[in-house]
Amino acid sequence: MDYAQTGREAQARIESAADLDALEALRVEFLGKQGSVSGLLKTLGKMTPEERKEKGPEIHGLRETVSNAIAARKDALEVAALAAQLAEQTIDLSLPAPDAPTGSVHPIAQVMDELAEIFADLGFAVASGPEIEDDWHNFTALNMPESHPARAMHDTFYFPDRDAQDREMLLRTHTSPVQIRTMLDQGAPLRIIAPGRVYRSDSDATHTPMFHQIEGLVIDRDIHLGHLKWTLETLLKAFFERDDIVLRLRPSYFPFTEPSVEVDTGFSFVDGRRVVGGSGDDAGHSWMELLGSGMVNRNVLIAGGLDPDEWQGFAFGVGVDRLAMLKYGMNDLRAFFDGDVRWLSHYGFSALDAPTLSAGVGTPA
Amino acid sequence: MKFSLEWLKYYLDTSASVAQIAAALNAVGLEVEGIEDPAETLVGFRVAKVLSAERHPDADKLQVLSVDAGTGEASQVVCGAANARAGMVGVLGLAGAVVPSNGMTLKKASLRGVESNGMMCSARELEQGDDHEGIIELPADAPIGANFAEYQSTSPVFDIAITPNRPDCMGVVGIARDLAAVGMGSFRPAAIPDIPGTYPCPVEIRTDDPAGCPAFFGRVIRGVRNGPSPDWMQRRLIDAGQRPISALVDCTNYLMLACGRPGHAYDLAKLSGPVVARKAQAGEKVLALNEKEYALDPGMTVIADDGGVHDIAGIMGGEHSGCTDTTTDVLLEVAYFDPEHIAATGRKLNLTSDARQRFERGVDPAFLDDGLALLTDLILTTCGGEASEVVRAGTPPADAKVVSFDPTLVERLGGVVIAPEEQQRILGELGFAVESGERWNITVPGWRPDIEGAADIVEEVIRIHGLDAIESVPLPRDPGVARPTATPAQKLERRVRRAAAARGMHEAVTWSFIPEADAAAFAEGEGGVWTLANPISEEMKAMRPSLLPGLLAAAKRNVDRGAAGLRLFEVGRRYLRGEGGASDERLTLGLVLAGEKSARGWASGKAASFDAYDAKAEALALLSEAGARADKLQVMGDAGPQFHPGQSATLRLGPKNVLARFGMLHPTTLRQFDIDVPVAAAEVFLDAIPGRKAASGFARSQYAPPALQAVTRDFAFLVANDLPAGDLVRVVASADKANIVAARLFDDFRGQGVPEGQKSLAIEVTLQPGEKSYTEDDLKAISDRITAAAAKQGATLRA
Repeated sequence: MDYAQTGREAQARIESAADLDALEALRVEFLGKQGSVSGLLKTLGKMTPEERKEKGPEIHGLRETVSNAIAARKDALEVAALAAQLAEQTIDLSLPAPDAPTGSVHPIAQVMDELAEIFADLGFAVASGPEIEDDWHNFTALNMPESHPARAMHDTFYFPDRDAQDREMLLRTHTSPVQIRTMLDQGAPLRIIAPGRVYRSDSDATHTPMFHQIEGLVIDRDIHLGHLKWTLETLLKAFFERDDIVLRLRPSYFPFTEPSVEVDTGFSFVDGRRVVGGSGDDAGHSWMELLGSGMVNRNVLIAGGLDPDEWQGFAFGVGVDRLAMLKYGMNDLRAFFDGDVRWLSHYGFSALDAPTLSAGVGTPA
Repeated sequence: MKFSLEWLKYYLDTSASVAQIAAALNAVGLEVEGIEDPAETLVGFRVAKVLSAERHPDADKLQVLSVDAGTGEASQVVCGAANARAGMVGVLGLAGAVVPSNGMTLKKASLRGVESNGMMCSARELEQGDDHEGIIELPADAPIGANFAEYQSTSPVFDIAITPNRPDCMGVVGIARDLAAVGMGSFRPAAIPDIPGTYPCPVEIRTDDPAGCPAFFGRVIRGVRNGPSPDWMQRRLIDAGQRPISALVDCTNYLMLACGRPGHAYDLAKLSGPVVARKAQAGEKVLALNEKEYALDPGMTVIADDGGVHDIAGIMGGEHSGCTDTTTDVLLEVAYFDPEHIAATGRKLNLTSDARQRFERGVDPAFLDDGLALLTDLILTTCGGEASEVVRAGTPPADAKVVSFDPTLVERLGGVVIAPEEQQRILGELGFAVESGERWNITVPGWRPDIEGAADIVEEVIRIHGLDAIESVPLPRDPGVARPTATPAQKLERRVRRAAAARGMHEAVTWSFIPEADAAAFAEGEGGVWTLANPISEEMKAMRPSLLPGLLAAAKRNVDRGAAGLRLFEVGRRYLRGEGGASDERLTLGLVLAGEKSARGWASGKAASFDAYDAKAEALALLSEAGARADKLQVMGDAGPQFHPGQSATLRLGPKNVLARFGMLHPTTLRQFDIDVPVAAAEVFLDAIPGRKAASGFARSQYAPPALQAVTRDFAFLVANDLPAGDLVRVVASADKANIVAARLFDDFRGQGVPEGQKSLAIEVTLQPGEKSYTEDDLKAISDRITAAAAKQGATLRA
């Protein structure tokens, strides 16, 4: 018997087995108890040692060939079966995945955070005070006694109410009352910012009756206007992330500062938008009013419980909404307060855009 | 304050250009708001002579003029003015010229079939006055064809903002003085004429209110002829934005605009008896020159005679005794009124005027005699007449302020080094008298009531020296990395804001003031809502006692714009009543979830609406971010009447401290806000979250994962329908604290197999073995404890 030939024939039949059932039938046929190869193995016992020595390896070789072929075929058939099964499970991945809602942080909050980050590096702590104020904190203590003409310029919202000290209650017209509250509370030296809502009875394309300000106050023994100029330059350079910020100081008047300084910054129009940078006297540039500031008036220091012969300092107040518009390019202040989700989606910020100095406080477009 | 360059040059000898002067004005703090050059706005308007005037063939009120505008050719112009006639000289606007008053560009046109090549202009059209009755009539010898602007010798006009501290610059003289100090030329102060009276003043003048009117100077001029004031005066007044009225009135206005010194001229014929500055009597009224009647009160100073009140002192004259064309004798008043009295009266009467602006800011108390002399001179020059002697009642405050000044303060406060000589020069130019020494004694001129102390002197010196000279100086900086500065409240606010945004909500910023009805619907606490006395509109009247009304109004706008589903939140203050009449402002996060939670989808099927559990999920997540222990919170009732009574709740820490409320809104609330989609909402009271104990450091407590695996066991309990599932879960979770690490409800079933009035609640309990694995006995004991605890809530194990 030519065992090699038998093996080849068996191998051929195994390799062409169509499925696992046919393969099992072949296994039984060759290797089952009654199988042909099993039968050959049984003949070994009856052989002479010489015969066994000659035939044994051949018969064992045949058995090995057949069982290897069966195992290989089994693997192949199983892989094919899995592939067929997976092919059945094909889905259309161009269908949309489940939606996850996307939220946003309002530009005012974002810019407040940016400013707080910058001021923290300059050593300014955050202070706050009530928005429903009394006229002493909002006016009198800020060197605006009742008859002061500047009071009338503030377009103040009043309440019919008076507090226990018979002070007229009103909506604060600026964040400056926080200066008084903080001086009385903490004394000097001081370096604070006070962000928050302020109110003026004024409404047109560029004014809303509610807006946001950040007050800055530095009180120490030897602070002067040069420090104010540096602080504002440093703030704007960090906020706009550019080094070509040029400020122009103009004499002005605020009852709570003396000397008082209006601060302009140079800008130019790029694609119809104001872009801060450069000197307003440069070609193609102009100046725009940015904020009011000055050295804290003696009377204000006294109202804040400080000795004006020992302490001096500067204060400024800047519109946060305005800074947001200048930096991020919105052109309508009223839209800030509408809650239009289309606008919020467009101008709002990702929750992950928390400003850091290491990454630059701003979020690029 | 508007003034022409021509007028300025009367007090300032200068060859500076308009641009240089504008820059200097800005530099010294007189902010230029605009510069108008009539030579530019009046391009294309020529002096022209009407050669003939014929009736328009087709229109009664129109004439067809033949006009010579110096071109040698007559042009045909159709004109509707009644005063247009042959031989007159007027102003022709050529085609292409732009009419200053309305911005209209003139074109060749056909008017009722007749061609018109321009327009003969009225004074109003060219902004040369108010007259619109007819066209401008120029003297017959006006040069035909001349550019009208040149003929009028128009001058550029500056419009500057005067800050309230500078009453001296509410007159051209004061502006000239500042400009001279800054090197724009040399100052020419007004020359004060000496006009002795030729007869005693026939009227007695008194001040019976020395507090309101410390000084009242006056004199009579007899035999004046009132009429139009001279052209030079009219021109200056018009350029300053003042309408010429009559020579007598114009003279007082001229003095006011030139020197910042208001005065008044009464028609003597209409006065009777002494003219007295006194307090008004209760019930007195006066018809003012603006033709409005004002009711006066005894706090107000008036000028009155035997016949009654003639003048609201320092604010506005009365109609009755005002000068008219027939006035022949006048009484001049130059008085000093107390600024605070004027401000109070003006505020009470809600009456502003040029005079009030100057008096309440403070006029120069040393300028009464000079002012009266200048006014007398102006009237004598323009109206003729004969002046009486001056009478003076009372005395103006005379004490000149002296400021003790250390010249090094300029550097210490202003941050700029300016030589003492230069400081003295500047102060001298501005009219301050400096007595130098170790400290300087500086006498403040009467026209600078704003100067109170040394800081004001520093401002004067540095503003004239130039603020550009101030160099930036870095603030001193502590060594090392900047220390954290945010307050706990600020950190909390930032954290919940970004958490809410990360959870898919958009942050809105809505108005702090809302309609009163909206506020009332959400009002809480004692004393009611804060309601403005002078709101800008009914929509912005009451301070919000909750963030929800503003968010609902925003939701409504979004729904109206077609938004199907909406997630909005806001972090801000609620305004409540505090102690002692103060406000109590509480940091709050409000959120609304309106309409569709998910849109219809190929996998999810129909759109799904938000429900109360969505609001609960947000409230819990945000509270957890805010540092509240979610597992300590109890779900209780009383979310408020704005919410659906059966689908809302509060989250509390203990029975009293409400940290949040959430749920579906009441249909009535939605109706009030006109919203027709379901809305889930929550309000998280950030101020109510107890502050964390100050952490001692950053290290967390020790933790090692348990060696043995946790096991779970399921329990199904039958309970009464109205038992809150949370109550059952809580008792199960705490039935055996040593072993139970979690209890999670996973099924709430009612119906087949569950008795009527009951529900089946299934809870998965997680048990964590310690040192060794549980034995069957251990597990049985734990189960028994759980069952016993549940039984106290009336729960039985489901068979």
